[in-house]
Amino acid sequence: MSGIPHDHYEPKSGIEKWIESRLPIIGILYSTLMIPTPKNLNWMWIWGIVLTFCLALQIITGITLVMHYTPDTTLAFASVEHIMRDVNGGWALRYLHANGASLFFVAVYAHIFRGLYYGSYKAPREITWIIGMIIFLLMMATGFMGYVLPWGQMSFWGATVITGLFGAIPLVGESIQTWLLGGPAVDNATLTRFFSLHYLLPFVIAALVAVHIWAFHTTGNNNPTGVAVRRTSKAEAQKDTLPFWPYFVIKDLFALALILAVFAAIVGFMPNFLGHPDNYIEANALATPAHIVPEWYFLPFYAMLRAITFDILFINSKLGGVIAMFGSIIVLFLVPWLDTSRVRSGRYRPMFKVWFVLLVIDFFLLMWCGAMPAEQPYVIISQLGTLFWFGFFLVILPLLGLFEKPLPQPETIEADFRAHYPDAGGGDVPAARPTAAE
Amino acid sequence: MTRHLLLSGLVALGLLGAPAAVQAAGGEQHVHDYSFSFEGPFGSYDQSQLQRGLQVYTEICAACHGLKFVPFRTLSDHGGPALEEAQMRAYAAQYEVFDPELDDFRPASPTDHFPPSSLSNAPDLSLMAKARAGFHGPFGTGINQFLRGIGGPEYIASMLTGFTGETEEMAGTTLYENEAFGGYMAMNPVLLGDDVEYADGTPATVEQEALDVAAFLMWTAEPKMMDRKSAGLTGVLFLILLTVLLYYTNKKLWAPHKGKGKGPHA
Repeated sequence: MSGIPHDHYEPKSGIEKWIESRLPIIGILYSTLMIPTPKNLNWMWIWGIVLTFCLALQIITGITLVMHYTPDTTLAFASVEHIMRDVNGGWALRYLHANGASLFFVAVYAHIFRGLYYGSYKAPREITWIIGMIIFLLMMATGFMGYVLPWGQMSFWGATVITGLFGAIPLVGESIQTWLLGGPAVDNATLTRFFSLHYLLPFVIAALVAVHIWAFHTTGNNNPTGVAVRRTSKAEAQKDTLPFWPYFVIKDLFALALILAVFAAIVGFMPNFLGHPDNYIEANALATPAHIVPEWYFLPFYAMLRAITFDILFINSKLGGVIAMFGSIIVLFLVPWLDTSRVRSGRYRPMFKVWFVLLVIDFFLLMWCGAMPAEQPYVIISQLGTLFWFGFFLVILPLLGLFEKPLPQPETIEADFRAHYPDAGGGDVPAARPTAAE
Repeated sequence: MTRHLLLSGLVALGLLGAPAAVQAAGGEQHVHDYSFSFEGPFGSYDQSQLQRGLQVYTEICAACHGLKFVPFRTLSDHGGPALEEAQMRAYAAQYEVFDPELDDFRPASPTDHFPPSSLSNAPDLSLMAKARAGFHGPFGTGINQFLRGIGGPEYIASMLTGFTGETEEMAGTTLYENEAFGGYMAMNPVLLGDDVEYADGTPATVEQEALDVAAFLMWTAEPKMMDRKSAGLTGVLFLILLTVLLYYTNKKLWAPHKGKGKGPHA
C-alpha cells in the first residue's frame, strides 16, 4: 500500500498461502501495521491513536446507552435518569460517553493544529487533509445531535438556535429548516431523526477514518521536518524510518495511557465540569434560558456566528453570521491551496511561526467569547477575532509564501534524528538487541 | 507592513479588552463557598447529614416540591442515607401513589418514586444540585470549578440562607429578595430556625438545616457519587501503573535506535 520501499508479507504456511491467494487480508494488515514511519515523529503525532480510541469508546458506550435510552420527548429525560440511577454501571457509561465527546474534540483540535503547523495538508497529502476535515464536520454534526438527545434545556434551545441558522438562507431557508426539524419547531420528530442520525454518522466516520489512513499510508506520514522519506532504495528508506509496529504502537499507547489517566480523573471526580447545569433541567419550550451556550467545542465557531452584528450590503446580520461560521471551516478545507510556501514544516518558517501562535491564541480567545453573553466588550473582541481568523487564512497564509525567507532544512530525516540523538546509528542498527547495562 | 501593524494592533486591542470583561462577568449572585464532606476526589457523603437532610426535605420542602426521579428504595442504598430496610419501607408507606392497575391510591412501596411537585411553579428537586452552578469565574470561564466544584449544593444552601427580608409586590404576588438568587424570587424564606427537631440532637439552626438539605439534594442528584469516585480512583491508579510500564517499554524499545545505553565509545 505504501509507496515507501519496504518488506512485504510472504505467506509461509499452507493455510496462509490458501487464504492470501483468495483474500489478501493478512498482507493488507501486515502492510498497515508494519508501514515505514519517519523515526523523528514527535509527541504531537500521537493524536491519531487517541482519536481512533475515542471513536471506538463512543461507539461502544453509545450502543450500550441506546439499549436503555428512549427517544421520545416525554420519556427521553427520564430515561437518561433511569440510566444514571437504575442501570448497572449506567452512570459510568453515560459519563464516559459525555466526557468521551470532549476528549474526542480535544484530540481533534490538537490533531488539526499539528497538521497546520507542520504543513501536513501540503502536496501530496491534500486528500488526507480534506477527508480529515469532512470527518471533523461529521464529528460536529454528531456531537451536536448527541447533545440534543438527553432533552435538557440546553439540548432543546441549542437545537432551536442552530437549526434556526438554516432559516437565514434566502428563499429556501425556512423550507430547509422545517425539513430538518420535521415540523415548524424542535419537537418529537426532531428528536427521533437526530437520534437516528446520531447513531448512523459514527459509522460513516469510521469508514472515512479508514480512507484517511489509506490516503496517508499511500503518501507516507508527514514528520516534524516536512522532509520526505527517501524512496530511492529500501536501505535508504530504512535509515529514515522505523516500522509502525512496535515502535510507534508502543509510543502511542504510552501517550494514550497517560491521557486516559487524566480522562479517568475527570470522569471519576468531576464528570459534569464540561457540561452545562441547565441540561439537568428538562426541556421546556416555554422557558428560554438566560444564556444559550453550546458545548465548549463549538464555542469558537459560535463566537464567529455572533460576531456579525451588522448588515453587509444585501446580506443581513443573521445570514452574515451563518456565512462567517461556515466560512471559518471552509477556509480550513482550502488551506492546501491558500498556503503558497514551498516549505512544509512551520519549524523552518520564522514568520509563519509567529502568526501560527497568534492563530492558536485567537482560537482560545474566540472560545472564551463564545461562552460569554452577546454584549460588549465580547462582541468587539469576537469581531476582531473573526477578522484575524479569516485574515490568517485568506491574506497572511498566501502572502507569507511570497515574502518569508525560510530557514535551512535538514537534508534527510536521518540527519534530523541524528541532530537530536548524536549517538544514534543509521538504519544499520540490528533489530532491538538487549544491550549491557551501563 | 501596514497590514502587519494593523493586525498586531487589533490583537493587542482584543487582549486589552479582557480586563474590562472582568467587571461585566461579575454577577450579582452571592454564593457562599460552604464546605461539604463530599467534596474532592476522596470526599464522601455524611450518612447522618443525609438523614437530617431527608428530614428537612420531608417536613419542609416536600410541602411544595417533588423528587420524581428518586425511588424510595434508594434511601437504603449504601453511600446514601442508608436507612434500615424497615425504616425505608415505613418511610415510603407515608406517601400515597396512584396505581393504574388498582385504579385507586395505595401506600407507596419501595419501588415507587417520591411524588412530583405539588405546586406548579415549584421545580422538582431531584437534580437541582446539578442544575445550578455556584461558581463561574475567573472571567466567566468557570475554570475555578476545577478547584471549588460546580457549586450546586453551595448554591442551594446559600439560597436558603440568603433572604434579605426585602419584599416586592408584583402582579398580586409577593416576591422575596435573595442574595444567592440575585434578585426577587417567588419562594418565601422557609427556614426560620428550629423548624425540625433532629433525632441526633444537632441544633437546628437555619444554616445547619440549609446545609443538611443541600447535602441531601446533592445525593438525590448524584446517588452513585461514591461508586463513581472509587471507580475513578481505581481507574486513575491502574492507568498510571500502565503508563509507567509503557514508558519503560518504550524507552527500552527505542534505546538502540537513539544510541542510548551503548556507552561512550559509540
